[in-house]
Amino acid sequence: MENNTKYAFEGRRYVLGGAVILLVIIFIIRLFFLQIVDNDYKAWADSNAFLKKTLYPSRGMMYDRNGKLLVYNQPAYDVMLIMREIQPFDTLDFCNVLGITKEQFVKRIADIKNRRLNPGYSSYVPQIFMNQLSAQEYGVLQEKLYKFPGFYIQNRTIREYEYPNAALVLGNIGEVNRKDLESDPYYVQGDYSGRTGIESSYEEQLRGVKGVEILLRDAHGRIKGRYEDGKHDVMPESGKSLTLSLDMDLQAYGEKLMQNKLGGIVMIEPETGEILCMVSAPTYDPSILIGRQRGKNHLMLQKDPLKPLFNRPLMAQYPPGSTFKPTQGLVFLQEGVITPQTQYTCAHGYTFRGGKPACHGHPSPLNLVAAISTSCNSYFPWGLHDMIDSRKRYKTVQEGFDIWKDHLVSMGYGYKLGVDLPGEKRGFIPNSKFYDKIYKGRWNSSTIISIAIGQGEVLATPLQICNLAATVANRGYYMAPHVVKKVQDMPLDTVFQNKRYPTIDSQYYSYIVEGMRGAVTGGTCRGAALPDIEVCGKTGTAENPHGKDHSIFMGFAPYDKPKVAIAVFVENAGFGATYAVPIGKLMIEKYLKGDVSDADKVLEESIINTVILPSNAL
Amino acid sequence: MRYRKTEMWKSVDWITIMLYIIMVIVGWFSICGASYEFDNGGLFDPSGRPGMQIVWIATSIALIFVILMLESDIFDVFAYLIYAAVIVLLIATIFLAPNIKGSHSWLVLGPIRLQPAELAKFATALAVAKFMNGYGFKLTTVKNFSITLALIVLPMICILLQKETGSALVYLAFFLMLYREGMTGYILLAGVCAVVFFVTGMKYSEEMMGITPLGELMVSCLVLAITMALVGFVRKDGVAVRIMLATVTAAFLAGYLISLFTPVNFAYISIGLVVISAIYLFYLSVRNWVWHYAMIGLFALGSIGFLYSVDYVFDEILEPHQQVRIKVSLGLEDDPSGAGYNVNQSKIAIGSGGVSGKGFLNGTQTKLKYVPEQDTDFIFCTVGEEQGFIGATAVLILFCLFILRLIVLAERQDSTFGRVYGYSVASIFFFHLAINVGMVTGLTPVIGIPLPFFSYGGSSLWGFTILLFIFLRLDASRKER
Repeated sequence: MENNTKYAFEGRRYVLGGAVILLVIIFIIRLFFLQIVDNDYKAWADSNAFLKKTLYPSRGMMYDRNGKLLVYNQPAYDVMLIMREIQPFDTLDFCNVLGITKEQFVKRIADIKNRRLNPGYSSYVPQIFMNQLSAQEYGVLQEKLYKFPGFYIQNRTIREYEYPNAALVLGNIGEVNRKDLESDPYYVQGDYSGRTGIESSYEEQLRGVKGVEILLRDAHGRIKGRYEDGKHDVMPESGKSLTLSLDMDLQAYGEKLMQNKLGGIVMIEPETGEILCMVSAPTYDPSILIGRQRGKNHLMLQKDPLKPLFNRPLMAQYPPGSTFKPTQGLVFLQEGVITPQTQYTCAHGYTFRGGKPACHGHPSPLNLVAAISTSCNSYFPWGLHDMIDSRKRYKTVQEGFDIWKDHLVSMGYGYKLGVDLPGEKRGFIPNSKFYDKIYKGRWNSSTIISIAIGQGEVLATPLQICNLAATVANRGYYMAPHVVKKVQDMPLDTVFQNKRYPTIDSQYYSYIVEGMRGAVTGGTCRGAALPDIEVCGKTGTAENPHGKDHSIFMGFAPYDKPKVAIAVFVENAGFGATYAVPIGKLMIEKYLKGDVSDADKVLEESIINTVILPSNAL
Repeated sequence: MRYRKTEMWKSVDWITIMLYIIMVIVGWFSICGASYEFDNGGLFDPSGRPGMQIVWIATSIALIFVILMLESDIFDVFAYLIYAAVIVLLIATIFLAPNIKGSHSWLVLGPIRLQPAELAKFATALAVAKFMNGYGFKLTTVKNFSITLALIVLPMICILLQKETGSALVYLAFFLMLYREGMTGYILLAGVCAVVFFVTGMKYSEEMMGITPLGELMVSCLVLAITMALVGFVRKDGVAVRIMLATVTAAFLAGYLISLFTPVNFAYISIGLVVISAIYLFYLSVRNWVWHYAMIGLFALGSIGFLYSVDYVFDEILEPHQQVRIKVSLGLEDDPSGAGYNVNQSKIAIGSGGVSGKGFLNGTQTKLKYVPEQDTDFIFCTVGEEQGFIGATAVLILFCLFILRLIVLAERQDSTFGRVYGYSVASIFFFHLAINVGMVTGLTPVIGIPLPFFSYGGSSLWGFTILLFIFLRLDASRKER
């Protein structure tokens, strides 16, 4: 059997062997034509070689929502050298021109040649000797460049910032690292790319497309002209300009109010999800991270104990405190645990657990609207107790709790909201498995009661809190928050255009709105009241195990057709009403009316002058 | 045992080993030429590529000793196990490998990078050989043929998912082995025709000659030529060929005369001729009651159908960026870093070598880094530039002798296992040679696969060494099996 098949097709060995010989003959003929007959290739290589010169596109610019130019480009000049082309020259003169010492010169040359520091080194390829010369320095060098064979100038563009604000949102650019080089063939050593902020998240739109100019040069490296008259050259395509949703005046005002404090402010236009300002305090002037001082200044910021590089509105995860109560009311209404008329008692605290958590003096019993207005610490524990401890509704505590969790996740907690900035944190909403692990499966509402008032395990970013304010303002939906309103010539990403509906029916939101309005007219949030704008708000005080409580405010305005939602965090500032509420009020007033009233100037002055910093920083 | 080991050294095929040693050494010198810099480091500096290649060669020699010392049975016994292990490794690589220039095929272990795809070749060859060695195996049954195909296609898919299209295409080489084992030659012919039609059609799709689309004209002429060749060689029907040839000539002549007065679309003429030829062949088939004619006619019609369906799929269904990607990977369109530009550089480097080359370490084109990947995929440029036509031809002849020797060895195997494995090895080397040198000399599209024993790289050298020496081990003990 086997032998049969073998012999039947034995002749095919000659077909295959013949194919091998044929292939090699074809190749040899091809080589014969390339190497012997055709002299073009030889001529090209003998006297000329190609020099591919990269033409860098200008990076896209950024504008604020009112069309103000925020970020643009300025020229800078890198000094390049090709090691192989260097001939003896006056080193001292060269060092003087660049303002460096002879030792620095020698060290830099050694570093370039060191393959451990500079893995892509080749003596034939241009290497960066010194980067980002200013126009003046360039002018001086340009005149003498002919004396230093082997040195060239490469034009670059670096960023220029119109305002000293919004450093963390705008981000900055820096030289690409090894990882970028390996993962994206677009980059070559020495290129710049966005490292943080919008510069990083919109890198592909901002960077544009490099062009290339193909030049011919002779064996001595002299440029002989363009290859086929530039037929193969590719012009660079400029990067796309971005229009941000930020209002730069508002951003600057927020940064001024937050000076000498730690924390953040986020404001969102509820209808669109556009972020109007995102203040992180402390902050820094973005222009210190351009030019040759970048490395030094970046290190300084990195070492600062107040962490100015930490974008608090996105990255800081605080217990949301009482700003969490509206979510609880919504979940209880949705699950039928309470009706708007349901009343719970409060005797300066949650009596079911011996008065803990404690509360302050207000009428009792009270309904949901009043509980929100007065920020009652007993009402919501009662609700959580009725929701998950009763076996009539859900078979187990775990089942009930996971339903609770799912509602909160649908409101944007516990996961990233997907803002178009790098580094967003997801906050934390525990699930039943988390508590099963801690309490070995034996737990009920009393065990975990502090989460009903936004303490304990739950964590949220200021952005998530502001997003809740926007959801309530919209009476039941939100748009994914984003800082870029428009990319030039491109449609906005659809993820920022679709309404997202939490799993709460929209009719329930009106009670929360009433409660938040009540808080401003006669509850804990009276400090946010403005004479001709109906502000709705909710204070929060987040217990902080490391020091004084964080002061929080969440709100929106006006009551009908809200134009802005806001969240304010001031670290270690005590009660929400003390600092966060007045800051929120000033921000709302500034945005909706253009400026604060004379009456509030005093308040503004005192806020600006207040210093709340941890003792180790003073 | 001792007796058998010494026997092994006698019975192993020293001709192949000598060819292997020569190629590895010449390969190492080429890498020196490609990565040498006048002012930096010696050739043995372990931080440079020549130095590292010595490490890879030394470890390969160790591998050779291990393989030759193993019992030859274990390759048969463990064939499926090795295959399964490699498939698992390939799948793991898809998820574990970091993104290196768009491909996810390198496992990074500390300072070492390993490409499992290189090891999958011998494992697949072993598994296929074992399957085809089964009692009463006949390739022509549908079940056997599909399982064999599945064994070959599975690693191919894994490697495609790692975004290593070139390495995946290498598995097509197994079809050469299958042809030797009895697969009908029409599959091979159809495959080769499909590739040739597709590339020709794409390459000239934009170009017009008067109102004639050049791509369609060229493909339909090719179809006519192949159809006539099939009738001539397979049916040996000289009369039919002459009739067809006369018709074709007459039709084109008539077309040419008309074109003097009014523009003529020659593509219509040649496509019409294909259809007429097919009808004629169907007529012959019925008249003589020989179905071969009908098959050839179907092939002709099918080819035209293929051309238009590919055009349709390409133009209407694929997105513009996918079209560009295919065109760039076929080397039909320049991107800014320039696939076409690279091939041009490669041709300049080779062309500048002349008859006798510029001499060892004296090449300028390759060292000026004008040629991309000059010490891996484009290593043949260095040979061409520094050793000239004489050196490059010598290397090609070396490969020719090497592959022919492998075919001879494969034919002298007594077992199907040995023969199938041997042909797989020969086919894989053949495919690598064809695609790599074809790419470097601008004959085939740019598909990045290494030139065996020449291209720098541990994984590829190890992979080829293992592939080859398992076969030599099987061959050394062919009498025992």
